[in-house]
Amino acid sequence: MEPIFLVEAAINGILLGGVLALLALGLNLIFGVLDIVWIAYVDLVMLCMYAIYFFNVVYGWPIWAAGLVSLAVGTLLGVGVHLLIISPILTSAPINQLLATGGLLFFLQSVATFLWTTDHKTVRLSLPSYEIAGIFLPATRIIPFAISILAVIALYFFLTRTYIGTAIRAVSQDRDAMSLMGASPQRIYIVTSAVGGLMAGLAGALLIFQYSVHPFFGGQFGPLTFMICVLGGLGNMVGAFIASFIMSEIIAIGGVVISTEMGYVIAFVIFIVMMFVRPGGIMAKRE
Amino acid sequence: MSRGRFFAGVVLGVLVVAPFLPMGGVQQYVLHVVIQIFIWSFIGQAWSLMGRFGLVSLGHGAFLGVGAYTTTLLWNFYSLTPWIGALLAVAASVALAVVLGIPCFRFRVIGHYFALVTLAVGEVIRLLIIAERDWTGGSLGASLKTAGTASGLWTLQFADKRVFYYASLAMFLAGLWVWDRVDRSMARSALEAIGEDETAAASVGIHVTRFKLGITVISAALTALGGVLYAQYISYVNPDTLSGIGVSLKIVFAVVLGGMYSLMGPLVGTALTTALSEGLRIAFGLKFLGMADTIYGLLLIIFIIFLPSGIYGSIRDAIRRRSTASKTTAPA
Repeated sequence: MEPIFLVEAAINGILLGGVLALLALGLNLIFGVLDIVWIAYVDLVMLCMYAIYFFNVVYGWPIWAAGLVSLAVGTLLGVGVHLLIISPILTSAPINQLLATGGLLFFLQSVATFLWTTDHKTVRLSLPSYEIAGIFLPATRIIPFAISILAVIALYFFLTRTYIGTAIRAVSQDRDAMSLMGASPQRIYIVTSAVGGLMAGLAGALLIFQYSVHPFFGGQFGPLTFMICVLGGLGNMVGAFIASFIMSEIIAIGGVVISTEMGYVIAFVIFIVMMFVRPGGIMAKRE
Repeated sequence: MSRGRFFAGVVLGVLVVAPFLPMGGVQQYVLHVVIQIFIWSFIGQAWSLMGRFGLVSLGHGAFLGVGAYTTTLLWNFYSLTPWIGALLAVAASVALAVVLGIPCFRFRVIGHYFALVTLAVGEVIRLLIIAERDWTGGSLGASLKTAGTASGLWTLQFADKRVFYYASLAMFLAGLWVWDRVDRSMARSALEAIGEDETAAASVGIHVTRFKLGITVISAALTALGGVLYAQYISYVNPDTLSGIGVSLKIVFAVVLGGMYSLMGPLVGTALTTALSEGLRIAFGLKFLGMADTIYGLLLIIFIIFLPSGIYGSIRDAIRRRSTASKTTAPA
């Protein structure tokens, strides 16, 4: 194999990692605060991708306006899922919490199948591709990467520089701190779910650049997103960010060297082994 | 208890005789639905052997896929009878359970983490099946060679659905028997204690790893057998319907819907979900693809929120509460 392919794969891995980081941070934010894994998180992204498809391709809105619709849809879905499903089961057994959001996954997939059939739908964007030293860099990957990184930085400032962001971090680090801060738990939960939903909307808007949308889109990124969160340490934002790039590099390089499926297999096996050696995630201190 | 035994005997008698009752053209279809219910209840029961003790596996598709693919591929490529194939399938599935279970239980991977590790294992098996496409047929799946022509006990392929009916019924009853054996054994109390608090259980001398591994191995072996029977009956294997997250979750959902802490829960849940999807399919045909699953998903969320112990479990609890209430209020 020519080394140039490896370099190209490595760069593609970094570009994919940016969007994966966005997904993982959204899911991890919710996990850190609510202590519930939203199994259906990437299926919310799928709905947002459909929103863009419909507003851009079917109704003919410009792509940026459709993107804003996606953000709004994501935010509303985040809040809606929290109020309708998560809120009633906050104190249930962990199994039931896992399954309720798993049921949501099933529901969203089948609603999408029912409404829009299983056809793959694509938003066609005529964007240029750049060639630097024999390596092709399509704008459909560079733009999502750049926006993801900006969004991650924005999230960082939101969490560290605002009152509500500080409250969210406090809750995810120490549940009991919330009452000491005098913050209302319901409000923090809703804001967290809204921000998580917003990030799902943004991820949807960025993923539609490269991928077609279909009802089972969640299966493509869903398991990977949980694994990144767990690998980075559930609730640990820095860990999730680093883990996104580790996983995306393994998938990109493994995909080129062996095959696409084997790239994922290696990534998942590394995840499983890491669970045994370092269950708290890569950033955790050893007990 | 004796009234319960009598009732169970009557039900069993009806089940055994049922395929011989003339039901016109409907019979074949009814048999098909009932066979599916038996096979998936059996698999659900196998899952709930672990699930009821807090070992929530979201990757049982891995064992199912290993079971189904082992016999199918051995038959297709080496013409090995599924009788031996099934033994090897169980062995492969048990090996996977041990390789996964020992580190999981030794390093205390529990709760969400256990669920996610099993989910990853299910995905790994599905992706491996797809990756080895020369052999497995990849994501298109593979048909059982000579399906429909090589009928017989040696090939375990039968044109007559009634054979599969009895086979799946027998398997289902065997599953009930295993469940009952576990329920009456000392292992049950040990596993319940482990499920409650592992550290406390270990401190009173319970060998945590051994008990967890034991129940995982039994569950994996039975699930693989379920996969073998399913593959022989449908005579077609596919990575998404056998190993994907969809099937792993469907097993769990049917059980939770019925009630995972009860003997009959998996049957009630599976019968309900199968009847629901078949009924909706008959009512609307393929016109409303996905509608059955939509209603199914919605019911599931509602049930998990409002009836956390499942349909059968909730009814049983309600009856118990009523009977104890009437006992305490009755004058002495």
